[in-house]
Amino acid sequence: MARELWKGNEALAEASVRAGLVAYFGYPITPQTELLEYLSLRMVKLGRAFLQAESELAAINMVYGAACTGVRVMTSSSSPGISLMQEGLSYIAASEVPVVLVDIMRGGPGLGNIQPSQGDYFQVTRAAGHGDFHPLVLAPATVQEAVDLVYLAFDLAEKYRTIVIVVADGNIGQMMEPAEMPPMRKVKKDRPDWALTGADGREHRIITSLELGAERLEALNLRLQKKIARIRQAEVRYQEHKVEDADILIAAFGTMGRISQTAAEMARAKGIKAGVFRPISLFPFPDERLEELSRQVSRILVVEMNAGQMLDDVRLAVGKDFPVEFYGRMGGVVPLPDDVLEVVERIGAELNDEQR
Amino acid sequence: MNNAEEKLVFERPRSLTDAHTHYCPGCTHGIAHRLVAEALDELGLRERTLGIAPVGCAVLAYYYFNVDMAEAAHGRAPAMATGMKRANPDKILFTYQGDGDLAAIGAGEIVHAAGRGENITVIFINNAIYGMTGGQMAPTTLEGQKTTSSPMGRDISIAGHPLRMSELLATLDGAAYVARGSLHDPKHIRRAKKAILTAFKVQQAGLGFSMVELLSACGTNWKMDPVEALGWIKDNMVPYFPLGDYKVTDAVKNL
Amino acid sequence: MAKGRIVIDEGRCKGCELCISVCPPEILVVSSRLNERGYLAVEVMDMDRCTGCSLCAVICPDVCITVYRQVPARSR
Repeated sequence: MARELWKGNEALAEASVRAGLVAYFGYPITPQTELLEYLSLRMVKLGRAFLQAESELAAINMVYGAACTGVRVMTSSSSPGISLMQEGLSYIAASEVPVVLVDIMRGGPGLGNIQPSQGDYFQVTRAAGHGDFHPLVLAPATVQEAVDLVYLAFDLAEKYRTIVIVVADGNIGQMMEPAEMPPMRKVKKDRPDWALTGADGREHRIITSLELGAERLEALNLRLQKKIARIRQAEVRYQEHKVEDADILIAAFGTMGRISQTAAEMARAKGIKAGVFRPISLFPFPDERLEELSRQVSRILVVEMNAGQMLDDVRLAVGKDFPVEFYGRMGGVVPLPDDVLEVVERIGAELNDEQR
Repeated sequence: MNNAEEKLVFERPRSLTDAHTHYCPGCTHGIAHRLVAEALDELGLRERTLGIAPVGCAVLAYYYFNVDMAEAAHGRAPAMATGMKRANPDKILFTYQGDGDLAAIGAGEIVHAAGRGENITVIFINNAIYGMTGGQMAPTTLEGQKTTSSPMGRDISIAGHPLRMSELLATLDGAAYVARGSLHDPKHIRRAKKAILTAFKVQQAGLGFSMVELLSACGTNWKMDPVEALGWIKDNMVPYFPLGDYKVTDAVKNL
Repeated sequence: MAKGRIVIDEGRCKGCELCISVCPPEILVVSSRLNERGYLAVEVMDMDRCTGCSLCAVICPDVCITVYRQVPARSR
């Protein structure tokens, strides 16, 4: 497959089709809508299910229904829409059916705006719904990575019977970049042994998130926690850029990871040894590797398009005694490499003063 | 009686499990369950049917129907059934929903499922009250009816008017078959069964959305004994919620 | 008059008495036996008068009644 120019949202849609997507249910919301629009034609032409729902609430419950039958199903939305989907996500998590969700984040809170933002880190990693659960969360920094991660997301969702959220900001959804599409997979015919397919020659199956007995609900929770522990063990993903000799480590995800890389190069040109640590899996957070790196760098700078959300995970990873700095912009303001460089230079100067 | 032989004329349908229900004595949910199960048996649909249980007293219906079942969030059963049906057009889908589920919190989902002509069957239990949470006012609670959240009786100036869902949904082009029956005596129960059979036949033929509303009793929360409660349906509910077919498209007539 | 017979699954009966309220020959009564779930199950007082009309079974919310009816024997 050759590299072609793809818009992020459309690339995510096409990669999902190629992953064997059977059904898509969604609702228009900027800056995610092109994903829905693309599938409205592509899925129908392939004879697969596409439906524009009456709300995000309905969309996620349509997804829940299809997921109960063991098919590959997804939805996509943006921040306010994800808030509406939280009800369904919690039921899906408890029912342990595989679902892929793409979240193209925009500025919040409230209606906010349609500019790119990373303000929903907490929402996707911590608060995707009521109760004790964490979706598996993957954050691409390029259109190519978005393609690769959403393709992988369907496998991971099935493997762990979990929700996988591919979370990106509006930049990645809207921008065009060269990307190579993965091969077209056949839609799987066989269904897993828990799926609702009709009680033909077997006992009837039930998928529910209700457990009236306290001990039984605790048992369900313990099973979910065990699964989360397995995910923490096996699904940590991150990318490093010039961390080997770094003095200042910039920790940033998604678009900010990429901008920080440019900033780090600019800093190096000025003699400051900067490197970048970019978590790709936001849950599980790559805390062990970050803790390791904290032993070899002098300072960590967390850069986000929010008020400091991943910052909490970084602090948990490195401990309260390690100096962690934060630079963030909100409301849809995307920091330029120069802005990040300025902070890196200030930290660099402070480190120099300390060494004197 | 040498020239006579004994024939089995009424037995438990296969589409019900052997489980004992948690419903109160005299609760008509049990009758509604049986009618749905009989319809699935008679049409030979059990093995390819997927059901959706609601939030409400019938939340555990998945233990009672001997078909594959999922449990929906409150009001979302039509959306869930839509997802299942779109991904599996060869399956038969039914939702089983109460009045709080369908007419209050799930009013959006049911209207759009009907409007789209979603090829699913909805069994709508209207007992004019929230049963599971202990007898609060429902969207179908009658004017003047006392509930734990309308202790002086439903006051229209505060709570507005009860919703007639069958009439409302029948106006939508996607609705192929909408009927209201009642479970207050054997004659009406038999009619309700016919309506349920028709609804599933509509789905089998791919004609669109079908719904059967069933006026039902909640003796416990109405604070009446079971026999009295059936009388209350007849005397109070039927006049406000008239029985009959509200939508029968030509295609359904020709079934 | 048609002749019938019913079998009540007493363990399932919740003693709601709806069957009693609809039985044309009025042959159903509440027994004095508590079933395992603590309900006084309904029983048939006089089976000879059962017509096998099935009204009791049609209205029974707990599907605990099976109905048989005598029909003319088919010629072999």
